[in-house]
Amino acid sequence: MKQSTTNISRRNFLKITSLAGGGMLLGFELLANATAETMADSPLFAPNAYLSIDPKGIITLMAPNPEIGQGVKTALPMLLAEELDVDWNKVVINQADFDKEKYGNQSAGGSGAIRSRYEPIRKAGAVARHMLIAAAAATWNVPADECTTENGYVLHKGSGKKLSYGELAGKSATMPVPDNVKLKDPKDFKIIGKRIKNVDNKGILTGKPLFGIDTRREGMLYCMVSRPPAFGKKLKSYDDTETRKIPGVKNVVRTDHVVAVLATNTWAAKKGRDALKVEWEDTGKLESTTDHIAAFRNLIQQKSDKPDRNDGDAEKALMNAKKVIESIYEVPVLSHAPMEPINFFADVRDGKADLYGPTQVPGRAIADVAKALGIVEANVTLGLPRQGGGFGRKLRSDNAVEAALISSVARAPIQMLWTREDDMQGDFYRPNGMYRYRAAINNDNELDGWYLIAAALNAGRAAAADNFPAGAIANYRTDSQGLTSNIQTGPWRAPTHNAIAFAEQSFLDEIAHELKKDPVAFRLELLDKAKNNPVGKVNYNIDKFKSVIDLVAKMSNWGKNTPGRYKGFAAYYSFNTYVAEVAEISMQNGKPKVHKVYCAVNCGQVVNLSGAENQVQGAIVDGLGHAWFTEITFDKGAVQQKNFNTYKMMRMQDAPLDVEVQFVETNEAPTGLGEPALPPIAAVVCNAIFAATGKRIRKIPFGKA
Amino acid sequence: MASYTITVNNKKHTVDVLPDTPLLWVLRDELNLVGTKYGCGIAQCGACTVLMNDNAIRACSYPVSAVGTNKITTIEGLSENGDHPVQKAWDEMDVPQCGYCQSGQVMAAVALLKRKPNPTDEDINAAMSNICRCGTYVRIRKAVHLASQSSKQGS
Repeated sequence: MKQSTTNISRRNFLKITSLAGGGMLLGFELLANATAETMADSPLFAPNAYLSIDPKGIITLMAPNPEIGQGVKTALPMLLAEELDVDWNKVVINQADFDKEKYGNQSAGGSGAIRSRYEPIRKAGAVARHMLIAAAAATWNVPADECTTENGYVLHKGSGKKLSYGELAGKSATMPVPDNVKLKDPKDFKIIGKRIKNVDNKGILTGKPLFGIDTRREGMLYCMVSRPPAFGKKLKSYDDTETRKIPGVKNVVRTDHVVAVLATNTWAAKKGRDALKVEWEDTGKLESTTDHIAAFRNLIQQKSDKPDRNDGDAEKALMNAKKVIESIYEVPVLSHAPMEPINFFADVRDGKADLYGPTQVPGRAIADVAKALGIVEANVTLGLPRQGGGFGRKLRSDNAVEAALISSVARAPIQMLWTREDDMQGDFYRPNGMYRYRAAINNDNELDGWYLIAAALNAGRAAAADNFPAGAIANYRTDSQGLTSNIQTGPWRAPTHNAIAFAEQSFLDEIAHELKKDPVAFRLELLDKAKNNPVGKVNYNIDKFKSVIDLVAKMSNWGKNTPGRYKGFAAYYSFNTYVAEVAEISMQNGKPKVHKVYCAVNCGQVVNLSGAENQVQGAIVDGLGHAWFTEITFDKGAVQQKNFNTYKMMRMQDAPLDVEVQFVETNEAPTGLGEPALPPIAAVVCNAIFAATGKRIRKIPFGKA
Repeated sequence: MASYTITVNNKKHTVDVLPDTPLLWVLRDELNLVGTKYGCGIAQCGACTVLMNDNAIRACSYPVSAVGTNKITTIEGLSENGDHPVQKAWDEMDVPQCGYCQSGQVMAAVALLKRKPNPTDEDINAAMSNICRCGTYVRIRKAVHLASQSSKQGS
């Protein structure tokens, strides 16, 4: 198993960086073999912030973006290693701390890390390789273009000479940095596109302190917080008499919005928190889900003055239609519920803040903390642990701000931890929504009108106006109707797509059945229309869309059915990536059993085949579980599901037995992958259930008892 | 506060804690064995799964006062070098995504294989009820089967 760094303590971190003279970090095990003396004297080749090579041949690659389970701590260094031309098994991978100057945008969101860094990071590796070759060529007094590299060595074919990168490190550092470097031809890739294991496997599987929740610092107090029990309420007053009697409780402090209990261990902090007598006061409306649903029902009957998209005349097409198909789809509020509950370490003293914790947006977290504390950003430092899931929850920096404020008031280093109940009641939820579709079938039995009115909580453009089949239908209109609420909503894995794909891809299936067309053939026919006779802007690549539909049809033997087994299909485009999915199910005691899901993906060049496949498999399980079981509801502002006993997550027994993933072979630059496989799966399985039972599911979660 | 002596990973530890403290927080906060994770606190998710003798228990809901002389094994004590057949199978199948639940998953699989060295898919469904929010179930299932095969070959 591969080594990578664990949670290096601040003290060790400072010692190592100062000894190495800047920018160098080493893994624990390697560190044990290197004495302080040898490191102090080492000339180091570090042509940029992403990599360094020391004379002993230790090659260190930095992983700049937060690792939330999407695999970038493995995939981004793979890009470096490919262009540097080193043996993957001999490099050390380190998670970079936040440093805007060095690493630019260090965020995890929008399936964007690989997309945005594919070329720049490869260049960082190629620059280093160029300089290593220049150093070798100068040493041997031969032209640089006679030299090649292989697995961490520069070779001169003519003379048979060979020097390791370690041997060349000192001299390479004196070589000029090239302005332009040639990147490898994809046909020469040795690392990109291969199956590479998660670099943290060993740490994960042996219980190393990799995560924010595992932070332990000298003098640190464990902290639990009492937060409002409902949206629309805020803290009025509290009595901590009983709390202070609990052994281990050290302090109780108040910030603007919350009361925090600080203790010598988590359990004392929790008992202390639970013993607080807190009074809350109403500050706004106390809203209920039933009110939102009633409002949606009303809103989807209302035409907007400002359609999101309006091709032809959808209303006229509906009026003149031979047949109108009308369906209303509904999706619930969801919680992110990352397995690692919200937490953060903060040590705020003397106008400086030292932070360590899970965030998808370290830059924003630093800015928000600086603002909340009234200090400059330069006085806030932030280390990035491995994170127990993100799913969009950690695009908010509320955890960092809350911990920093508490530490500041308490004047102590603290680790703030939310219980699962806190986490589920204090989320920024996936908004619920309702979608009213009308399709016009004309006298030629063709779909020539489409009108969607979408309503969702706090959502401006819920209708995803440019989604397929826009471009393929002569009269196409979408309206979005927002409903403003004081319930916190926010991005959840594949925002907007995660809701509308279910509605849209189910409705397309309805239309196909109504027209007595095969659902796959129907999509292909619409794509041909968009290609040959586009209506308005076509926001997707038709050939790429077809590439995945054709592939999944082949993978799943679409059109051939085993007795007792039923198939459903959907295809979807998001984050510049195309996916098509088929589920094969049977019905057992009225419940679907998902035997296999097939997924074809066109995401450009695959970087890590194992990681990419894992993301797709996971996204499918994630999307299916949330269509099947999970729902958050509010009663007078209070969340009714507080833990996994009522917020039911997908488990092994209901997960597909297998998920087969194939990627369309291409060397085009990579597109997003953390999210795109999630949106369509709800419709895929619901369409299979329709094939099996004739029952159309228009409201999820479909497995709600 | 009360004093308890418990055996964790073949070592005896004496801790002074509140009697109702769940084993999870004794492991994490007193013994600094943080590989065992907190996920729900109500024995639903299994992130805190450890072995008591040969059985999987959920440490978040198991008071330290009830441990007595039973032997506790955590992920840190499963093998000397991370080479238990289940750990190796998890690496071989490259199971983890975020990795947070996986120590609990591994411990649940170890307990299952102790009881049933050749588990069927149904056995896995019944025994492996831990939540993986990243959805790595397909690979977990394959890893359990792989560990089952490699344990047989190794013995």
